[in-house]
Amino acid sequence: MSKLGKIARRTFLIGATTMAGGLAVGYYFYQRDPKNPIADRLSEGEATFNPFIKIAADNTITIYTGRAEMGQGVSTTLAAYVAEELDVSLEQITVAPGPNSSAYRNTAVIEEFTIKGAFAEGIIASAERSVMGIAAETMGVQVTGGSASARDGYEKMRAAGSVAREMLKLAAARRMGVSLNSLRTENGVVSAGDRSLTYGELAAEAAANTPPRAVTLRDPKDWRLLGKSQPRTDVPAKVTGQAVFGIDVALPDMVHATVRMSPRFGASVISYDDTAARAVPGVENVVRIDTGGVHGFGVIASNTWAAFKGAEAIEVEWAAATYPATHEAIDQSLRNELNESSGFAFRSEGDAAAILAEAGTADVVEAEYAVPFLAHACLEPMNATAHIKDGKLTLWAPTQVPGLAVLAASAATGINRDAIELHTTFLGGGFGRRTESDFVRYAAILALHTDGRPVKVTWSREEDTRHDTYRPAARARMKAVVQQGQLPTALHAKVAAPSVIQSLVGRSLMSPPVPTPDRSVVEGMFDQPIDLDHISVSGVHAGQTLPIGFWRSVGHSHNGFFHETFLDEIAHHAGLDPVEMRLRLMANHPTAQKCMEKVAKMSGWGRPLPAGQGMGVAFTFSYGSWVAQVAKVSVDDDGVRIDNIWCAADVGRAMDPAIVAAQMQSGIIFGLSSAMNQKITLVDGEVQEGNFWEFDSMRMAQCPRIEVAVLENAPKMGGAGEPGMPPSVPALGNAIFAATGQRLRSLPFGDEVTFV
Amino acid sequence: MKLSINGTGHEIDAPEDMPLLWAIRDLVGLTGTKYGCGVQACGACSVLMDGEITRACGVTVADAIGTDITTIEGLTPDATLTNVQKAWIEAQVPQCGYCQSGQIMAATALLAEIPQPTDADIDAAMSNLCRCGTYPQIRAAIKRAAEMGA
Repeated sequence: MSKLGKIARRTFLIGATTMAGGLAVGYYFYQRDPKNPIADRLSEGEATFNPFIKIAADNTITIYTGRAEMGQGVSTTLAAYVAEELDVSLEQITVAPGPNSSAYRNTAVIEEFTIKGAFAEGIIASAERSVMGIAAETMGVQVTGGSASARDGYEKMRAAGSVAREMLKLAAARRMGVSLNSLRTENGVVSAGDRSLTYGELAAEAAANTPPRAVTLRDPKDWRLLGKSQPRTDVPAKVTGQAVFGIDVALPDMVHATVRMSPRFGASVISYDDTAARAVPGVENVVRIDTGGVHGFGVIASNTWAAFKGAEAIEVEWAAATYPATHEAIDQSLRNELNESSGFAFRSEGDAAAILAEAGTADVVEAEYAVPFLAHACLEPMNATAHIKDGKLTLWAPTQVPGLAVLAASAATGINRDAIELHTTFLGGGFGRRTESDFVRYAAILALHTDGRPVKVTWSREEDTRHDTYRPAARARMKAVVQQGQLPTALHAKVAAPSVIQSLVGRSLMSPPVPTPDRSVVEGMFDQPIDLDHISVSGVHAGQTLPIGFWRSVGHSHNGFFHETFLDEIAHHAGLDPVEMRLRLMANHPTAQKCMEKVAKMSGWGRPLPAGQGMGVAFTFSYGSWVAQVAKVSVDDDGVRIDNIWCAADVGRAMDPAIVAAQMQSGIIFGLSSAMNQKITLVDGEVQEGNFWEFDSMRMAQCPRIEVAVLENAPKMGGAGEPGMPPSVPALGNAIFAATGQRLRSLPFGDEVTFV
Repeated sequence: MKLSINGTGHEIDAPEDMPLLWAIRDLVGLTGTKYGCGVQACGACSVLMDGEITRACGVTVADAIGTDITTIEGLTPDATLTNVQKAWIEAQVPQCGYCQSGQIMAATALLAEIPQPTDADIDAAMSNLCRCGTYPQIRAAIKRAAEMGA
């Protein structure tokens, strides 16, 4: 390990050693943590043990996850980490995301940005992960994303529960005059014989104890909650309408607002007339917004509808686009870049170029693939609420990045970060869109214009669709040397896509070490568990056009399609069964093979199907998880019906199998939605799609039967929120090919076939 | 003007063409009914108007006067749950949860009309958008609620 790596391990990370009966975790990490943010926020009778736990005298136990709940289940799984060791039930606790604080930094997500594949081991890969881990530690990035929450919390949140339990026991032993060994803990009560004290009765005294230097975490075989499906803690509030999303925040004296930003990204206002807007009943004020390279208006009103009407009524002349003004022009530039730029090499083994040059024409398979820009289309439109009072700014926001949101609000208002408090609400979908802070920034700016009243800023659906940070359009050219009945001898892949990180850094105030080249261009292409003697993968950083961002599974969302469709083409050319061929290419990766074998079994792969039906298979490795899927379609005169999806997903260790399966299903439907009909198009620099009529997603009547098997063969824990998405698109395309012989190489498939 | 929501009269001051959705959310302050699209394309704002499933963004307050409106908050008069809500919990339907008020209202209306719906009935009635893709669980919950005698 490099010197930097050694220092990192000693200074920053939890030192863990295996001991009999469990994992001993040094508690140094928590003791040296600069500050427990809960300590400043206690009410009378409340005590806190660490950033994750607060216990009140009445035995109300609050677990802070430090993560945003957007449907992925963190308010259950992360709470269960703490509850498992604290010996409380999930029914008796309150779960909250907690304040904005570096105490909740996400180390695992940053490690995702390392260049090597996550299954790559060895000195360089470990050192890269360590370096990025240090970056996360020092920057204190609190982010919910990268399918990383369960991995990030695995040790530290169990340790937090364990430490608090031991502190409670110390207090109980003193109070009861018994030895520590005679104490039992269960359901928030410490007992010895027939005497017992609730955690609430002990909390104040216990929290004053010095935390133990090390604790022993329970052996997984003794777990009560983890590894078993739990009732989700957020479900009751979500079936009664009581869950508070950002858009539901209501405060005394609050005004409502919306924004109308330039339909051409970054274009400024040439001239405008807001007379008609101001005349709309209920409209109070129209405010110019010019911040961080974006331009437009905020409309403040007594209700949201009046604000929407006011925004529509502003007459504006906007400047021209400074980027290629149509999606066709952007696609042409991607073609040019594929042709003209050599790009960065991300994987190079053997000499694929030489083998390709020597091969006879009949043995070369070549294909080019393309995907469009995509919006996130969270069902809850972008929104945030802001209140400036006595020089302090309070924010309520459905955000995946509270720390960055506070930074953005600070820069926009000039209010010091220390004077900004942010409350994270429930998120009505995130999918990466809420790692942006534009909606928080606008709310903070409008709060400067409301005479001290709170303002809730809600975007219209059209504003949301047209001012997204899109999944980039991308292209790939693939070549292989393939002989009848043989595995391919050489594979060459080249991907052209703009860098998501570059786009993000360009518009935000973050200054992280920008990994160059950006792995998002080629992730899902260079890091897949297949081996050939001659393989080369390169990526071209295409020019920046529209703002682009993290969209569920990021680069895997396009490269999974490119890679897995091309493997299907190779198998077809060689006359090999696509499952059998992958199994042989995966010979060095038994975890991947087991997924493939499982999904083949689930789907009855290879069984004869009636005419007009077909099955397609795909496999992707992303976010540490191994996922194989088979799609089955039926095609008739009405079009394509997606009948079934079978999914075998290996996440190493499933902390909550039902939630993992639900996330896989969610990723599948998200992916199929994109494959069917979604695309963002551009005319005169303006996004054409506005509402769900133009950018729709799968509905109930189109939804296939989905069967998910959660496997645990992998040696390391993987993510769940994103890895279900990437294989769904190529599995569908390959199934359509199997049923019809029509090979679909660009998305959405709905441009060429009709979906029933 | 006066709106009857969940059995309670609410005096509101609004232009007649304001969509019912915004009166419910911003003026009355019941936020379980969600805004998703404003053009009756997603169903997040589904409420019952005299028992009929209605997308509240497509109805004006003028049209709503004189009707009995039920929102997610008013499905039961007290803190108990309807069988549809119980089935939703049993099937662990929600993920982000944003569409679920509307889904539950649509399922409630479906079961009132067709107590034992077929898959085709469910496909036809449940057109609400769910971006998390909870459709298989919604289907299971509707069937479960039907068993319970919703």
